[in-house]
Amino acid sequence: MSISMQSRRKAAIWPLAIAVALSAAALIALLSIDDQITLGVTLGVIAAGCVLAARFGAVAATEAAGADHPFVLRVLVVLAAIAVLIGLRNDNFGLLMVTTVLIYATVCIGLTIQMGYAGLFNFAGAAFLGIGGYTAALLGPKGVPDLLLLALGGFAAVVVGSLLLLPVLRTRGHYAALATLAFSILFNVFLDANDIFGGPQGLKLQGMVLFGWDFTNDITIAGYTISSYANYAILAGLLTAAAMMLTGFIDRSWIGVWLDAVRLDEVAASVFGLKIGRWKIAAFTIGNFFAGVMGALYAKMTGFIAPSNFTFGDSLTMVSIVILGGIGNRWGVLPAALIVVLLPEKLQFIQEYRFLLFSILVIIILVAWPDGLIARRLRKLEFARR
Amino acid sequence: MTRTARETASSAPLLVAQGLSVRFGGLLALNALDVEVRRGEILGLIGPNGSGKTTFFNVISGVYSASAGSVHFDGVDITNVKPHYLAAHGLARTFQRSRLCLPLSVFDNLALGAVGQLNSGFMHNLISRSAFRAEASKLAEEARELLRVFNPVLADKLFEPTISLGMIDRRRVEICRALIGKPKLVLLDEPSAGMTHDETDMFMNEILQVRKSLGDLTIIIVEHEMNLIERVTSHCVVLNYGKKICEGQFKEVAADPVVREAYLGQS
Repeated sequence: MSISMQSRRKAAIWPLAIAVALSAAALIALLSIDDQITLGVTLGVIAAGCVLAARFGAVAATEAAGADHPFVLRVLVVLAAIAVLIGLRNDNFGLLMVTTVLIYATVCIGLTIQMGYAGLFNFAGAAFLGIGGYTAALLGPKGVPDLLLLALGGFAAVVVGSLLLLPVLRTRGHYAALATLAFSILFNVFLDANDIFGGPQGLKLQGMVLFGWDFTNDITIAGYTISSYANYAILAGLLTAAAMMLTGFIDRSWIGVWLDAVRLDEVAASVFGLKIGRWKIAAFTIGNFFAGVMGALYAKMTGFIAPSNFTFGDSLTMVSIVILGGIGNRWGVLPAALIVVLLPEKLQFIQEYRFLLFSILVIIILVAWPDGLIARRLRKLEFARR
Repeated sequence: MTRTARETASSAPLLVAQGLSVRFGGLLALNALDVEVRRGEILGLIGPNGSGKTTFFNVISGVYSASAGSVHFDGVDITNVKPHYLAAHGLARTFQRSRLCLPLSVFDNLALGAVGQLNSGFMHNLISRSAFRAEASKLAEEARELLRVFNPVLADKLFEPTISLGMIDRRRVEICRALIGKPKLVLLDEPSAGMTHDETDMFMNEILQVRKSLGDLTIIIVEHEMNLIERVTSHCVVLNYGKKICEGQFKEVAADPVVREAYLGQS
């Protein structure tokens, strides 16, 4: 496929349509198959398909089509989402998994802004998720409306994250990463020791009620009933889509260029007029906000949170999703989150060996594609003159 | 302090460094340096390796801070201000070792040179996308025009990754990055390093041509290629061990026994 040859012309739409359709089908299949042998075969087929797609340039063609036809992409994603909802309409576990994957993916989109764009390694993703969750758990019973609760979760993560700004701005690279790592562990110890936050037993939450719609209700459309868990899946999907679009705009704007410059060469960036601190703060704040909002949603969905939901291990998982997906590529986060969150769950039948298998898979992927599943593409701020 | 006849003529100098010193621990990298740069001139800064030329660039562009002395740029005291402030006031530079963002496109690198003219606001970048697009395509046109003066082929590579360019094209991009922000003063740190004689000649012609089109831009140039210094500079300052040992036109400077001794050692 000669994608590079036709860079002036718009890319063909069909690879995108096929890719979205196949992804939706694969997702439904993965989630709804319980039989071990069928699952193994399906996993093999999906893996083979992905390898072939990458080999023959289908991934690049899909990305090019998505970049050239943003509207088509949005319509296709909405259609695929509806198909997944219908496919999983009675599958509570499947819908719960989809929502969890979306929550992790969105946190990792935030980490992409921090790590992939600005070069700030954040090993406290789960802590910021937790700050959002605990904000929802503490303020929910006080009668704060749920929509506001999501926003407050995000703001709480930003405010607590600003405590970390001083060490993160004064240090560089590994040292800044170490500061966030310390914070992640500190956060867990703090929760464990504090009774206001429920200690190790955690806190309970009420389910979500949005504009009078109780999320415990099943959705009924034209005689079809969809499990109530779909409410959370839809909300998470909308938030993921919003984060995805915002991050796309950041990437394709001066802000994206400035963040890249800050990451690649601080001296050159500041000599040409960028305030390094300002852009690092911006990236750190936006990323933490995403995590906080998703934390509030996560807490509302599970109805119960405890320190063990937000450990350093979870933060590490998030960082590995970003690296596995292709650092700096926001699309890569989606398949990576799917692999990292879903696979250990689906492989429960081989018990503890599942972590072994899963780890080997991650290593194989990174050996085969050192830049991650979908490597970051060159930014082209080339717009046709009207 | 000795004031030259150069200074009394016409308008006030663009850059004045007085008693400028930079100390790294026990090393005095710059020692009470007085330098004046007049508007519209090309000042050559020469001296043996380690004589403080790049340190001088780093201290006036805000990368290092001065231990003593002052720098005035266009009448404003810029001693020890932050680098980003200087860019906004019309100072641009290149680096001895290339400091391009290699994974980014040529255009992205040039955009960095135009930070001061571009709108970095969140509303403009994320919400009013059509205004942003118009701004981006306007900058792309300017960038193409500038690159075309250097190399027409380079202008067609505006949206190629910078890492795919050869060494000379990367140098061109670096110079364009310094020029696209329409600065008042450009500091060129060894633009010809690593080039052959012919390449240096060609490259310098290109720079002079662009300079003319920008209305006799003021330049300070650090170079080891003496033919080049002789050709392009109107005035030279010679440094040795962080001190100014001589200044004047290249011919005078080159004939000075003190300068000969600094370069070649005592005979």
